[in-house]
Amino acid sequence: MVPIAWYLVLAAILFSTGIAAFLIRRNVITIFMSIELMLNAVNLTFVAFAHMWHQVSGQIFVFFVMVVAAAEAAVGLAIIIALFRVRQTLNIDQVNLLKD
Amino acid sequence: MQIALFIIFGLLAVAGALNLLFQRHPINSALSLIVVMMSLAVLYFSLGAEFLAAAQVIVYSGAVMVLFVFVIMLLNAGEEEETRGSRMAYIAGIPGAAAVFCLLTFLFLKEREALGTTHLRDALSGTVSNITEVSHQLFTSFLLPFEVTSVLILVAILGAVVLARKES
Repeated sequence: MVPIAWYLVLAAILFSTGIAAFLIRRNVITIFMSIELMLNAVNLTFVAFAHMWHQVSGQIFVFFVMVVAAAEAAVGLAIIIALFRVRQTLNIDQVNLLKD
Repeated sequence: MQIALFIIFGLLAVAGALNLLFQRHPINSALSLIVVMMSLAVLYFSLGAEFLAAAQVIVYSGAVMVLFVFVIMLLNAGEEEETRGSRMAYIAGIPGAAAVFCLLTFLFLKEREALGTTHLRDALSGTVSNITEVSHQLFTSFLLPFEVTSVLILVAILGAVVLARKES
């Protein structure tokens, strides 16, 4: 008998940790991983609400989020590899061609 | 039993997330993210979503994180160094994340009564198993999105190959 609110608060903790990691970290790969962490936090709220309403539609939405996250990871990591070939760095501060 | 599962694996997930935040080396962040994903799989199981628990372990911890670890090792990513931008990010990032956390937690705890509690016994004693119900919905009501997803995966594969290919 766990309150649903606890699951949601746990998801909020994970989501805001993901936001903090996204803003603080300077490594492209770590930033990308914090996006995955935020997606996982949102998935947890979906599952908690699906449990609350006795419906599986929320779980199916989580399934689609997982598929999109997998596709996004493949394309994003390919972009990171292409970026590393061009700039020889993973630091986000040194990728500033558009800014200069 | 369920409350013990929630506390143990919830704390494990929070510890993993904080470790991801404070580690300087990307491989340590990747390994702690795997801890978060495995404990989230247990929490899905405790919410009666067995199919998603299995998919979480196979797709996220199994496929996506292996891809991340491969890329970290392929690019030989080292520790990140302190720059002027990172100090500014600390000033802006911590309060921003804390504000989002406070807003969400306030909202959830205010609506605590309306949200209710979990009831695993109902979820497990049903005549239809979770995976039967999910697949029935997936192949009747959500058939078109499911098929469109396969096209999305195909495009993602092609895009990854094109982007990662060496230019000759």
